[in-house]
Parts: sequence; C-alpha cells; structure tokens
Amino acid sequence: MIRFTRVTKTYPRTGTAVQDVSLMVNKGEFVLLTGASGAGKTSLLKMVYLEERPTSGEVRVAGTSSVTATARDVAKLRRKLGIVFQDFRLLENRTVEQNVAFALEVIGAPAAVIGGKVNRVLTQVGLASKGRAFPRELSGGEQQRVAIARALVNDPFALIADEPTGNLDDRATRGIFQLLRDINAGGTAIIMATHNLELIRRQEYRTIEMARGQIVFDSAEPAATADPAR
Amino acid sequence: MRPLRDAFETFRRAPLLSALSVTTIAFSLFALGLFGLVALNIREALERLEDRVEIRAFVAEGTPTEDVAQAASDIASFPEVQSAELVTQEQALKRAQSELGEFRDVFEGAVLPASIDLRLKPGLRDPATVKRVADRVKTYSFIDDVRYGEEWIEKLYRLRNIAGIAGLVLGFVFAAVSVIIIGATIRMAVLARAKEISIMRLVGATDGYIRRPFLVEGFAKGVMGGLLALVLTWIAQTLIDRYVIHTIYFDARVALLGLLFGALIGLLGSAVSVARHLRQV
Repeated sequence: MIRFTRVTKTYPRTGTAVQDVSLMVNKGEFVLLTGASGAGKTSLLKMVYLEERPTSGEVRVAGTSSVTATARDVAKLRRKLGIVFQDFRLLENRTVEQNVAFALEVIGAPAAVIGGKVNRVLTQVGLASKGRAFPRELSGGEQQRVAIARALVNDPFALIADEPTGNLDDRATRGIFQLLRDINAGGTAIIMATHNLELIRRQEYRTIEMARGQIVFDSAEPAATADPAR
Repeated sequence: MRPLRDAFETFRRAPLLSALSVTTIAFSLFALGLFGLVALNIREALERLEDRVEIRAFVAEGTPTEDVAQAASDIASFPEVQSAELVTQEQALKRAQSELGEFRDVFEGAVLPASIDLRLKPGLRDPATVKRVADRVKTYSFIDDVRYGEEWIEKLYRLRNIAGIAGLVLGFVFAAVSVIIIGATIRMAVLARAKEISIMRLVGATDGYIRRPFLVEGFAKGVMGGLLALVLTWIAQTLIDRYVIHTIYFDARVALLGLLFGALIGLLGSAVSVARHLRQV
C-alpha cells in the first residue's frame, strides 16, 4: 500500500535527509515513526503524501508512483490520505464545522453530503457539540481533534500524523493517541511520527526508528515486508 | 459558479484588503490615465497647428484668371493636396483688411498679389512633402513666389517627434509601474491566503481549482479599478477643462481599452502571483 524502494532525499542546502530507505506499510497497519530531531521523519512522511519527491528511488502509495505522478495525481492521492500536523493548521476565521467542511468543498463534494459527513466525523472525534466554535475558543487537544476530523472526513485509507501530540500536555496526548487507535481499529492505517518514548514503549504497535536519515530499527524486521536487499 | 462565489466570498471576508487592492489598481491606472490625457491633448493641439500648414503660391500680375483657375484645379489633383483655392487680388485685399482690423486703412488702394492657397492632406504635412509640393507648384511660369513657413514647419515637426517619443517612453514607464504596483497588491492578497492555499493542497484540491477564484478576483478587481480610474480621470479632465485650459477626454474606444487593460493586468497579475506561490510551497 505504501512502499519505499531505496529512497534517498537530498536537499540542495541542508544535505541528505533520507538515505537509501526501503520500507513497506500494509493496509490497516499502525506504525510509530521515531527518532531524534533531524533524523528524517518529517522528510519521510512528506514523501508519503508527495509533498517532496525522492532524489533517487521510488515511493509508491496506493498505485501512485513518485516517479511518474503529475500534480493532478498528487492532488488525487491526497484525497485518499489524511494528514495531521503538530501545529493543527486550522483556518482561524472559520468555525470547527467550516474547517472540516472545507476539506470536502475544495475537492468539489456535493453540498448535500457535506453536512452529514461533517457531523459524523465531529461525533467520531468527540466534538459534536463544538461545531460552531472557532479554533481559538478550543484547547490544544480539541484543536488537534478538529484537524483529525478534517483529515478523516474524506474516508482516507491512511492517516499521516507528524508529531500530532507535540504541542499537547500528557492528558491531551493520551486522548489523541486513543482516538488514533480507535480510528486504526476501524481499518485506517496510521503512520505517526513521535518523540514520545513513553508512548512508544507502552504500545504493541510496529515501531520504526530513524537516525541520520536511515532506518536503524524496525520492530517488524525481519518480516517479509522488509527490503530483501538489506 | 464556484470560482465566482469564492471570489465574492473573499471580498466579504477581507473587505479592507480587497478595497485596498481596488484602490491601488485605480490610482495606478489613474496616473497612467492622466498621463494619457496629457499625451492625447498635446497631440490634439499639434494636430490643430498642423491643420494650419498652408502653402501660398503668389501669381504674377496680369496673368489671365482662366490660366490661374486651370492651374489651381491641376494642383488640387496632386495626390498630396487636400484643397487648392484661388484667391483673387480683391479677395486678398479683403482678407488682409479683415485680419488687420483697425489698421485696415493702411491697405487703402494697395495692390496685393493674387494667390493659390493650398492645404495638404493630413499625414502629408511633414517638411519634406511640403517642400516637394512647393517646388512643383513653383514650376508654373506665372507663379512668382511660393511661401510656406519652412522654419516654422520644421520646428513643429521636431516638437511633434519629441512629444511622440517622450509619450511612448513615459507611457511605457507608467504602464510598467502600474503593472508592478498592481502585481505587488495581488501578491499581498495571495499571501494573505497562504495558509488557506496550503490546506487546500493538503486535502487534495487541484492547482486549477485553487487558481480559478484568484483569477476571477483579479479580473474583477482590475475592472473595478479601471472603472474607478476612468471616473477619476474624467473628473480631473472636467475640472481642468472648466477652470484651466480646454481639453478633451478619451473617446469611448480608448476608455474601453483602458478598462480592458485594467482587467488584463488584474487577471495576469493574479495568474503570475498564484502560479509563483503554488510553485514555491
């Protein structure tokens, strides 16, 4: 479903961020991506939703190849992915409902279905009663729930979360993590980058650790999904 | 319909920024329009002067009137000539008297030569053509002398050329400045929505989808700015015409062209700004 084949990413100014990474993430999997700052987690995730393209190698996501994808292919791919960031990225001048609906509007969803879908995901993330609130009126944890609702509203096959709990306190972190587990239980794959070691130790999920652009540990190794060349 | 609704939505969400863009576009085009008015009126004035370019061929005394009339109609058929008019001795006297007004008495009993007065067609009043026609007229045996204010015509032409070149250069500079200012304004509007654009891309909106409302918005701002600029220049022209000096305003075609120019800048400015932004993020 998501396959990295000998992927290297080099930036002109800052050098190599990801080096010769091969990786396979299966349908419905929950993957924790960990490693120090600058280890290449964010670059790796950006290549999943093709915000960045590999300098060499290939990323293949749900049939879309980083080598051949056009801008339109990238747009289409992102409609099948949900993406969440540490800083939420909500529109301040729109309500919770409008923020979530925005994701449907801009891909041309028919107006008739938008209201129902928005209500459904807001209920799913536990914010059904806050639809009319503005982001600034919510706590950090609640804002991240709105961002997750926006990511979920298109029924993605995978949710990409780059440090989703980085700005949250422990309680909110646990809440968001539980929410992600629930979402995963519904069949959506989750790839989550995190620093939170406690979270990693406690969980039984697949954990991949990166350092200096390379994968130094993968709890799924030496499974059949690993790169045979390694 | 969607891009139209979105563009309208932008005006509603950020009325101040939108008003600022329209005003900036309007004032840039206003400056351009004022310059255009000056250029137009200078050209108009020079054309009026040119209308007065005249060649006068004096007829020797005692030439039979029929010969002169024949020559006048010959000359009238020269390709450069608009009209050739025979002025008899009596007419010349009357004209001199009327031009001199209260000093008319000095011409009492005086004898002025008859002449053929000719005018050239518009566009053929340059010094070289005037001289050529004058020389040709001079070949008639009964023509004593041909006058056409050689020096004056040359000065007029030099002035016209300078005005033309200066107009072209300044016009270009003004247009370039408006394009730059308007471009910056539109860029500001794009940057103001940078976050929105980044989220749109994240959730899978195509670049075309993101671009369209900006194009509609740019076009609309250009048209509004253009209209406002036309009104402003019209007010300025009316005031100048009433209180300072007689001037004319653009005809409908030029005004429409100005409006189109505004719309085009708005559209292109938006297209360039958005494209640049989409490439960068």
